[in-house]
Amino acid sequence: MATQVEAKGWDRNQMAARAAKELKDGYYVNLGIGIPTLVANNIPQGMTVTLQSENGMLGIGPFPYDDQVDPDLINAGKQTISELPNTSYFSSADSFAMIRGGHIDLAVLGGMEVSETGDLANWMVPGKMIKGMGGAMDLVAGVKKIIVVMEHTSKNGDPKFIPECTLPLTGKNVIDMIITDLAVFQRPDHDSPFRLIETAPGVSSQEIREKTTAHYVE
Amino acid sequence: MQKIYPNAEAALEGLLFDGMLIAAGGFGLCGIPERLIDAIQASGVKDLTIASNNAGIDNEGLGKLLRTRQVKKMIASYVGENKEFERQYLAGELEVEFTPQGTLAERMRAGGAGIPGFYTKTGVGTQVAEGKEVKTFDGDDFILERGIRADLAIIKGWKADESGNLVFRKTARNFNQPAATSGKVCVAEVEEIVPVGSLDPDSIHLPSIYVKRLILGAPYDKKIEFRTVREREAA
Repeated sequence: MATQVEAKGWDRNQMAARAAKELKDGYYVNLGIGIPTLVANNIPQGMTVTLQSENGMLGIGPFPYDDQVDPDLINAGKQTISELPNTSYFSSADSFAMIRGGHIDLAVLGGMEVSETGDLANWMVPGKMIKGMGGAMDLVAGVKKIIVVMEHTSKNGDPKFIPECTLPLTGKNVIDMIITDLAVFQRPDHDSPFRLIETAPGVSSQEIREKTTAHYVE
Repeated sequence: MQKIYPNAEAALEGLLFDGMLIAAGGFGLCGIPERLIDAIQASGVKDLTIASNNAGIDNEGLGKLLRTRQVKKMIASYVGENKEFERQYLAGELEVEFTPQGTLAERMRAGGAGIPGFYTKTGVGTQVAEGKEVKTFDGDDFILERGIRADLAIIKGWKADESGNLVFRKTARNFNQPAATSGKVCVAEVEEIVPVGSLDPDSIHLPSIYVKRLILGAPYDKKIEFRTVREREAA
């Protein structure tokens, strides 16, 4: 019988759970599509966190029951959702006034590349993916704290936390924290380098060094 | 002054011309002015520039105008889930001005509020900033974005009274409100028209001054892009 390869690092839900540790009571939070959405399932009991959807809603509830699906009630990923007793609705202009105006405490976004100076690329692969930036550029420009959750390396094994982004940028010098399947990097302000503050179970600092081309402190 | 028209075709009479700029409400397929889009398609008007967050999906919403090649240029933030759009864009048949979602909303709001341009931090240091004026305020860089003043705004509301006061429903408000204000003329379609006096004046989302023409678009068969549900816990 073949020896089972021991699972190493964090899976998608564990990455989301790690991001959820950054939540604080009373926070207003915007979650991106994909792994960031899973953060909603990991909000600690007893903590009040209000989720914002950039298409014009504060207070996102869970997915609706089948007989309560409402086409007029969707999130920014265009999925059907439900409302909560404290929900409010507003226009896209008001929604982004909230975002751009620095009223949202935290945004958790996906990423394709992050540079060592906190640049983010996550909206376009020239010649391949042409979907558009949606609200990502506004979020990174206006939200107080930005966490990127992404795989540590691409499918080809190329590092994604790199000296300089090769893809078109979403924002320049905007990222505060990077959570990958292998490690967590953080910086206290936008003038400081990132520091490796945590590695996933079974992952060594040496492995992180081998799989990261960005400069960071340990 | 009668604002209510019998149908979308009548409501658009005299407003359409080739090469015009149209601002459209909606987010994905939520809150899109589908009757008005159908009437624009039927009119055959062409070389349109359309400012809208999305471009519909294949053969739904603005996707219908793409299929008939009536659109010359899109000003949009997100155009995924639309193969015909992708094909026309890659073939160089369709011009696209990718605009961050919040910048697009504010461009409509500003244009409608008589503000020709504004500075924003969104897009600084990215390709969105290329060719735009950069100004430093309190140590941070901002780029100049232009307000949008559209020849025509098309929107979808929930209820309107006969004078054009209008309310939206849940997340179907989205771009409909800023798009409405950005139009030199705004035509609205709604699910229900009620007598004047039956809407709470304190709860109007779009005051009647912005709604020049109004149609009852019902019945609607509202489309859902991603139907996501949860199971009921066992009793």
